[in-house]
This record gives sequence, C-alpha cells and structure tokens, in this order.
Amino acid sequence: MNENPRNFPAVSTVAPGPRHLLWLILPLIVLIAAVLWLLQVDPLRGFSNGAPPVENMTVERTVLDEDGLRLQVRAGGSEAMTIAQVQVDAAYWQFRQEPSGTISRGDTAWVAIPFPWILGEAHTVTFVTNTGATFDHEIPVAVPTPKVSGSGLVSQAILGVFVGILPVAIGLLCYPALRGAGRNTMTFLLAMTVGLLAFLLVDTMIEALELANKAAAVFQGSVMVVLIAAVSFLALVVIGRRRGSPTGLALATYIAIGIGLHNFGEGLAIGAAFAAGAAGLGTFLVLGFTLHNITEGIGIAAPILHVRPRIVHFLGLALLAGGPAVFGIWLGSLAVAPHWTAIALAIGAGAIAQVIVEVTALLARSHNARADYMQILNPAAFGGIATGLAFMYVTAMLVKI
Amino acid sequence: MLRWAQAALSRRSLLLGGGAATIGATTICSSKTVAQEGHHNYVTVAKAQSSATVPSHQSAHGAMITVGTVDNERNGFDPTKILTDWYTGTLTDLPDGRTLRTFEITAEDKEIEIAPGVMFPAWTYNGRVPGPALRATEGERLRIVFRNFGSHPHSMHFHGIHSAGMDGVLGAGVVAPGDEFVYEFDARPFGCHLYHCHALPLARHLHKGMYGLFVVDPDPARHPDHVNLAKSRLYGSPENAEWQELAMIMNAFDTNSDGENEFYACNTIAHCYAKEPIRIEKGRPVRIYLVNITEFDPINSFHLHGNFFDYFDQGTTLTPTLRMVDLIMQCQAQRGILEFTYREHEAGLYMFHAHQSEFTELGWMGMFDVVETLS
Repeated sequence: MNENPRNFPAVSTVAPGPRHLLWLILPLIVLIAAVLWLLQVDPLRGFSNGAPPVENMTVERTVLDEDGLRLQVRAGGSEAMTIAQVQVDAAYWQFRQEPSGTISRGDTAWVAIPFPWILGEAHTVTFVTNTGATFDHEIPVAVPTPKVSGSGLVSQAILGVFVGILPVAIGLLCYPALRGAGRNTMTFLLAMTVGLLAFLLVDTMIEALELANKAAAVFQGSVMVVLIAAVSFLALVVIGRRRGSPTGLALATYIAIGIGLHNFGEGLAIGAAFAAGAAGLGTFLVLGFTLHNITEGIGIAAPILHVRPRIVHFLGLALLAGGPAVFGIWLGSLAVAPHWTAIALAIGAGAIAQVIVEVTALLARSHNARADYMQILNPAAFGGIATGLAFMYVTAMLVKI
Repeated sequence: MLRWAQAALSRRSLLLGGGAATIGATTICSSKTVAQEGHHNYVTVAKAQSSATVPSHQSAHGAMITVGTVDNERNGFDPTKILTDWYTGTLTDLPDGRTLRTFEITAEDKEIEIAPGVMFPAWTYNGRVPGPALRATEGERLRIVFRNFGSHPHSMHFHGIHSAGMDGVLGAGVVAPGDEFVYEFDARPFGCHLYHCHALPLARHLHKGMYGLFVVDPDPARHPDHVNLAKSRLYGSPENAEWQELAMIMNAFDTNSDGENEFYACNTIAHCYAKEPIRIEKGRPVRIYLVNITEFDPINSFHLHGNFFDYFDQGTTLTPTLRMVDLIMQCQAQRGILEFTYREHEAGLYMFHAHQSEFTELGWMGMFDVVETLS
C-alpha cells in the first residue's frame, strides 16, 4: 500500500478562477459555528469565579467653564460599566451624563458636574462605579478652558508664529550666506540637518509614547504610535521615491513637511497644555522655542544651496514647516483627547525618519557616485551630526523647567 | 521638548494676566441645582431646574449630594423605618420568676445598595445593615440564638457583662458556616450598647456590615432615686411613649478596598435623611441612641444644628455626662444617648451631620423636619 509520491495528482498550476474564492465560505462557517456554540453552550462559565468585572476608565477631555466641569470619559475593562456617583474633592456632587446609562466598552460619555471650581487651584474628580470601584482624575490647575474667539485665535496664532514660522524663516534667511558653501561645508550642513532631525525623531517618539500612555487602554497606545510612525515613514518614502530619491527643492519640501508635521503635534501639545492650565508660558520660554527651532530652517535650506529657488519657494517652505504649529495650537487648546495628539506626533516621527533617510542618501551620494553609507562618516559629516544634536540638546535646555 | 508643559502643570499659582481670571466659576453652585429623582432615568430628569422645583429639604445641599435614590425594597430595609424598628424578641417566664428574652439572629451574605446605584457585597445580621436593634430590660435573662448562613465564620460579640464563654471571640461562640450557637447572659449594665462580629480579620468583618445596637433599658425598680428618668427610658412604658426615640448607627463603606471609606452614612445609606428628612413632632422630646461603628477612621462625630443636647456617654447613667453641647465625638464602638427638644423652636428643617466635613460631604448628613404635629 506504499503510496508513490509520483502517483499523487499534480497540483493544478492553472490560476484559480473566482470560483475558488467560494472556499472562503468554509472557514467562515467554522468561525460562525464556533461563536454560536460559545454563546449558546457557554462552556467557559467554569472560569467565572464570582469576581466582579475588570473596570477601566480614562478621562480624555476636561472642560472648565462657567457651568462647572465637563469631562469626556472612555470606558475600558471587560464589560460595559456604569458611573453611579461622582465626587469632586471628596464630596459627592450631582452630575449629568450624556448619553445616560451604562457606557459600553470603548464608548465615551460626557459627564457634567455643576461644581464651583476655584481658579488656579487643584481639583480631583473621582468616579464611583456601580461596583464601588473608583477612578480618579486630577485637574492640576483649574483655569477656564479656552473657547474659540477672535482675540483668542489671534494670540494663539502669534504664539504659533513665534514657535513655528519665525524660527524656520530666520533659518532660511541664512540661505544667502551659505550659498557659496564648499563641499565640506555642504557636507557639514547636511550632516547637521541629520543630527537635528535625529534629535527631533527621538523627542517626538518619546512625547508620542508619553501621550499614548495617557490614552484609553483600547487604543494600545505604544503599539499604535510605533505602527503609525512606521506606516507614515513607509508611505512618505514610497511617495518621495516615485521619481528616484528626492533632491534639491523636492528634498527641502519633504524636510519641511516632516518638520511641519512635528510642529503640528507640538502645537497640539502646547494648546493642550494651555487648556489644562499650564498658562505660565513666559516670554523667555517662547524665545527659547524660537532659538531651538532656528536650525530647522537651516536644515531645510541645506539641500537647496546649489539650486536657485524663487522667493515664493522660501515662503512656501517656511509656511509648510512652521504653519502647522498655529493650527496645532488652535486645535489643541480645545482640549483634544490625548490619542489624537499621539497620532499626530507619530505621523510626524515617521515623516522625520523619512527625511533622515533621504538626507543621508544625499550625503552619501555627494561623496561618490555609488551611495556608500560606510564612507559617510568623514570628519565634516560627524562634526555636522554632533553639532546638530548638541545645538538641539542645549537649546532644549532653555525650554525645560 | 514639551516637558515644560507638564512641569508647569504642577504649579499652584498662576501668572495669568487679568482677563482670563474673571471667568472663575464661583456662582455656579447657587444658581444651578440639578434635582435628580430616580437613579435610572437621571438624564431625562436632569435638565437644570430652577431652584423652585427642588424640594425645600434639598435646597440646603445645593448640587453637592449623591444622585438618585436607593431601592429600599430590593435592600429589604428602609433607613427611615430602621430609626424606630426595635427588635424586642420573645418573652417567657423562667422558673425563678425572672424573664427570659430570646432573640433569633441569622448571619447571611447579601449584596446591598449603600448609595444610589452603588452595590456593596455585605455580610449582614438578619439581612440588614446595621443589624436589628436589640432592646431588653435590665436584669432579664437574654438568650440569643445565632445561626450562621454566611460564607465565613461569624459571631456576636456583645458589649455588656457576660462570661468568657459567651464573648463571641475565637473559641467562645465563633460559628462556622451552617452552624448555630446560643449566647446566654443577663442584661446588664443598662445603657446604649452594641454587638458586632468578632471573627477574624476583625476590620473586614466589621466594615462588611456586621454590627447593631444593643440597648438595655434601666429597670425603674432598681433606681429609686431616678424612677421617672428610668421609666422614660423603659421601652413600652407610658413615660417612654412621650419620647421620640431614634436608633442611629454611624457607619461607612470602603467600596474599592483601599482602606479608606468612599461612603459615610447614618444607618448605611449615604444622604438618606437628607433626601427623606426625619419628621419630628415639635412638642415631644427626642432621644437618639447613637453608635459609631465607622471603620478605618478613628473617630466620628454628631453635630446638631440650631440646638443643644444632653449626652449620656454609653448610656450607663441616668444623669447626663455632658450637658448643653451641640457636638460630641465618638471613637470606634463608642456610643451614647442624646436628649434634646425642639419645643421652643419654630418648625422647619434642622440639619445634623458629622462635623468632619469630609464625612459630611461623602454622605453622612441628614435633616430633621420639625413639624407642629405629625399628621
């Protein structure tokens, strides 16, 4: 009864027709049957040991206004949950929940509490669920949540200009002085761009991960940030290389986009800090940001030193890189949920990684015809990277408290 | 780069320039009162209502109160009825002429609603928290038949005079699940006492709800110097019927097992007497049998608004141990009798609460609704 392998019928090499797809019904049937059986027979009830369901809750948005407190909560945990009572500063307060009743897993609800909060002081909101579990949410400094108003938008825009657009513009103004750059200077500048972008990449990723940790558990914050950064990186590489590796104005544009996305996330976080009460943003801090971001402009200018861009290009690059900071602050001040800021920062991180790769490629090509990454690290390049990193690190000290 | 934002968040003082600071919400509380009856439909009811539609006894609390009401029927006990629900047992005569008073108590596990919408897995005596308020008379023989239908060993430890074997501690009346024990001793000394479970771990058994009042009334025949005082304390006597007597136990619940209480109350249900004030007939004096059985906090207190009272610490004397006070403190398991009257007052709502503001704001507060006559 020995089966000779040669006797097996040959596997068809003909491309399967659409009929073959009908076979997908088979796994589908098995899946549905398994689900039905699980629901009908409940064979897992042996695991139910009488323990209460695991509950989890995240406060995503906090709004303070003349009506008191409004908080947007997202339910996590193993089952739908019910907010039974709400404490503010260890006292029970009446509240309204919209929508009412139980909050399904992953769903959100707004809880409004007519609490007379006190300007500049800290408050703690405690949610008590029907099982008696408690979830605390701290309001570190109570300040009215900014509302959309003409004057507010203008002052936020001015802040955005100082933090985002102005430094990039100042950096770009170095363009005429750098035009006559020799090969070594060119290498140095490109390497410095890589250095500062590397700093931004690390900084952005860490910020994104920190914010992701504040997001609801269902979003799996850290995984989400890493995946979004990777997809953003790959997508931009694919787009950027449709006609070969970008150089010149195209590369400058990509650097501007990367820095712009980074500034958008940064703007969101600055706006959120305003909304959450970090209003003590002094002039010194704003100037620190400006100084810190000047190198971004030089980085954008580096790839176009040997081409002849027009004035409008410079304007466009400055707006592309700096403008998103303004929009970020506008949006962020409306108390957006932390996962949105984390997503924005993650996309920015991917974009920065893309331009690091492209600028490095350009650096390699400027040495010899074949891109040879091993020979990139000559003294000028190393000096550039080190300078970029050091400058960013030192100026970041200005904005650290 | 954004650390400044997080660092700045911890700052307590602000460098805000003028304009924004004026939005401070100091007038919220008085103008927006959200009366919410019925926990399960609170959103439909919860449109901000004008203060005119809020019951007058709730206006004193503003919006600082728990939302909704507790389902007393599902709980099987009503805090308003608990106030006057004395368990006097059954009486039989002993051969020597004395009276034998028999109580039957069962321990059972029961999930109870301790605040609107908040369920607590309690251990109970006779299905209620606090347990039944036992009332006996000095000198009687007491027999307490205790059956444990709970999931853990339990006991009844009486604060009173009894022998070592009747103490309710391990080896002397701690009852395994499904078992039974009969405690027997004389009712003495007279006073306002309590009983509670003394199985281990003690703190857990106490705060799960295993406690109750144990009042021994003085026998007037034994107190010739204060016959009338003793008669007024003797449950069922005509002199006693003049008084409005209330059984109150100050307790609290740690719902998330962090060693701190989430809810404080008088008779278990947070804010119950704030939402349903205790009706007091103006002309009749009031006597409160008060016990503190709050776990985790060393002391609790009772403060009466607009009035002063005489206090009998542990109730073992017929003359007050403190006269003319409006606040008393009780440590854990301390108890006493409060006597006061609203005879000279105008009718109206008079608040009472713990004077630890934290306890008050977490549920331990209520109102006396003093009326001319009880209709």
